[in-house]
Amino acid sequence: MKEISCKLLVVGAGPGGYVSAIRAGQLGIDTVIVEAKKPGGTCLTIGCIPSKALIHAAEEFDIVRRAASNGNGLLGISAASPAIDLAKTVAWKDGIVGRLTSGVSGLLKKARVKTVHGWARFRDGKTVEVETETGIQVIRAETIVIATGSVPVELPSLPFGGAVISSTEALSLKKVPGSLAVVGAGYIGLELGIAYAKLGSKVTVVEATDRILPLYDSELAKPVAKRLAALGVEVLLGAKAQGLAGAGDLTIAGADGTERRLAAEQILVAVGRKPAVEGWGLEELDLARAGAFIRIDDQCRTSMRGIFAIGDVTGEPMLAHRAMAQGEMVAEIVAGHKRSWDKRCIPAICFTDPEVVSAGLSPDEAKATGRELKIGLFPFSANGRAMTRHGEDGFVRVVARADNHVVLGIQAVGQGVSELAAAFGMAIEMGARLEDIAGTIHAHPTQGEAFQEAALKALGQALHI
Amino acid sequence: MAEHVIKLPDVGEGVAEAELVEWHVKIGDLVREDSLLAAVMTDKATVEIPSPVEGEIVWLGGEIGETIAVGSPIVRLKVAGDGNAAAGAAREVKPEPAASRAKNTPTPDPSPQGGGGPPAAAAGKPQRPVSADGEGTQTGSPSPLRRGVRGGGVAAKPATAGAPRPEGEKPLASPAVRLRARETGIDLRQVPGTGPAGRITHEDLDGFLARGPQPARPAGLAQDTSVQEIKVVGLRRKIAEKMALAKARIPHITYVEEIDVTALEELRAALNKEKRPDRPKLTILPFLMRAMVKAVKEQPGINALFDDEAGVIHRHGAVHVGIAAQTPSGLVVPVVRHAEARDLFDCAAEVNRLAEAAKAGIATREELSGSTITISSLGAMGGVATTPVINHPEVAIVGVNKIMVRPVWDGTQFIPRKMMNLSSSFDHRVVDGWDAAVFVQRIKALLETPALIFVEG
Repeated sequence: MKEISCKLLVVGAGPGGYVSAIRAGQLGIDTVIVEAKKPGGTCLTIGCIPSKALIHAAEEFDIVRRAASNGNGLLGISAASPAIDLAKTVAWKDGIVGRLTSGVSGLLKKARVKTVHGWARFRDGKTVEVETETGIQVIRAETIVIATGSVPVELPSLPFGGAVISSTEALSLKKVPGSLAVVGAGYIGLELGIAYAKLGSKVTVVEATDRILPLYDSELAKPVAKRLAALGVEVLLGAKAQGLAGAGDLTIAGADGTERRLAAEQILVAVGRKPAVEGWGLEELDLARAGAFIRIDDQCRTSMRGIFAIGDVTGEPMLAHRAMAQGEMVAEIVAGHKRSWDKRCIPAICFTDPEVVSAGLSPDEAKATGRELKIGLFPFSANGRAMTRHGEDGFVRVVARADNHVVLGIQAVGQGVSELAAAFGMAIEMGARLEDIAGTIHAHPTQGEAFQEAALKALGQALHI
Repeated sequence: MAEHVIKLPDVGEGVAEAELVEWHVKIGDLVREDSLLAAVMTDKATVEIPSPVEGEIVWLGGEIGETIAVGSPIVRLKVAGDGNAAAGAAREVKPEPAASRAKNTPTPDPSPQGGGGPPAAAAGKPQRPVSADGEGTQTGSPSPLRRGVRGGGVAAKPATAGAPRPEGEKPLASPAVRLRARETGIDLRQVPGTGPAGRITHEDLDGFLARGPQPARPAGLAQDTSVQEIKVVGLRRKIAEKMALAKARIPHITYVEEIDVTALEELRAALNKEKRPDRPKLTILPFLMRAMVKAVKEQPGINALFDDEAGVIHRHGAVHVGIAAQTPSGLVVPVVRHAEARDLFDCAAEVNRLAEAAKAGIATREELSGSTITISSLGAMGGVATTPVINHPEVAIVGVNKIMVRPVWDGTQFIPRKMMNLSSSFDHRVVDGWDAAVFVQRIKALLETPALIFVEG
């Protein structure tokens, strides 16, 4: 097969890779992107997007189910014997994924990016071989962007297969399992665990540390823990999944040392993700590493000239929007623009119930800088819109410097707060002070008012509490 | 809204005017009650003027360096409620009596300030930090005046925004400003920010671009044609005036004599070695002070003040020894009072206390005036000989030069001796050369045989 030569080669068409390729194409760079599966990567095909579809379906079903079980419920709604056909739900989800992946393909085409389908393998720092359906395609490129992403971590005692599934399979089950054990109480485990609890599974969460959502502070995790209990999800903290015993039973070593067997139709292992550094010839390049990740500088350059790396393969936080921002930046650097990573925050969201958002520094991280702080917390129990949504749990919290009131971090937990991430990120990126947020009119009645009130509270001037 | 006028308060006994050395506020600033407005200097003490009310500054009564009479308006404020300007009632700041002030006693706010704005006026709206100048925001003390020699008094800094960014602080700028800076090749750390909290705005970038990058320093030697203008104000102006007065009025005669301090240094070392922990470490100064007390007993004309306008010499029984001391803001002369009534250790302790107070800028006006004779000592920097300038209206000053080991001929051989020169100046109008020499020789005799210092009668 004839060799392809190009200016820029992107390996991996996840959110980092495809954004990088589209931007490069827009800038007139001769670009090729390689992807073994569908464009969109984990995020679009087996991550962010499909999980949100499933979570939405579960929420809708839960509302109807609650209405049916309460007779004439609190909101005055009644329903009779609702049912869910998960296969249809999954088909609807697959439809969304299909539309988005073909959308990405279209965008790549429009930006004049050539897509090569197949598994890439580095021959050297300038050459990649791709196993395509029609044979080996060799691609030579001046510059290469590694965007291979990440894969779920497998537990040696619970290898994937049979009843043991990863988040990928959990998004495509044909029917709702009667019982589901979730190993890992991080955001992936809890998002899916809560969704299946709402779909009707008996869910048990097994977490080795002593708290849920260990990456967030306990104040933020508390409303989520409360909701888990209300949904009947059993949470075993300080418990270790030991392995399988007999017919799909999960053995668990409890915090008190006792062993317990848990019958579970499906076992979802969600103990984290690791960079995808195997199977594509990283060893040929001998790039410097930062732990398991590929080491990059503030322009996403690796230790080898002409090779960039972006996204999950480069480190935490493993978030699609980080990869997209990196991808865009790298394309512009390749086009000769002056760019480097100068973002002030990468917001993170848990689509649990209630949702959790964090942008910038948490109170503890801010305290660790040694600065005097002003912290304002406004609860949704005092917010009119939250009451009318029947979701009063949670709060917005603002962390600012005491000396000049510059906002360092904003967190929220509550129903639908994920959409506040935009305002939070904007405030921090613009270098807002508490007075800027307090002085901005926040439309009434919205949950966003809690953001303004939290800033007012930090200034000692809260109006509605 | 009404206007409130603040007048320059009576800042000390017999002081009719004061020099404005620092503004803590500018027009348009909002001040709270007790926020510092300005610093004025009288003689050698700086007095802070706080605001008795809350309000907005609308007028400032002078430039830095101007001399203002006591009772003249210095600040006009826009205040809520009734002001004091319309009524014509003089509700100026009334300081408590100077005596209690000198002791730094916190006293309750004397408050015939009925016209002041109600403190609740600003409670409803977001508060703005009153001043970017860290010093000016809170007094913490209920006393309406803060006094003392202040190091910052000379170099008054304007209270404008755009303060330099502290070391290691990341520049604050919106993504659009950051992008533009990157594309134009500007390092934002070099750009001063004038926005809130030092945020760098597009205008700041425009300004930086217009000024252009600072040219790189050429290699090698280069001419420096810069001229810095430094306004002589505050303490520096006081020093300049005092020195000019002394040199213009007083015909100086300077007499240099060398003194063998070998025995004195041995005694001093022995005393320091065996001293009680509660006692101060001895320097040459307390010995010299005690020697001077003895010498002026025999030469009372040396410890005197000469009022040349009245044509009267005031010979003092008390020996108040001024010790010329260098402080971060310039030369001051703290005074050890009644050295004749203090023993060696007492003199040493008082010198230490005053030196600390003067360096910290907390010495009171009383502690910095009233000397009858002065010592000038630069310690190890003392040089071989100096020509000290008399502290007008005194008639004598004793300058201490550095101690050096020098070979001295003892009749048969050279022996190493610790030698120190004294360079002393006298007002030749009222002190004859003979009397000056007798005075210095007496000190020499006492210091060379230090036991004599302690022999009474």
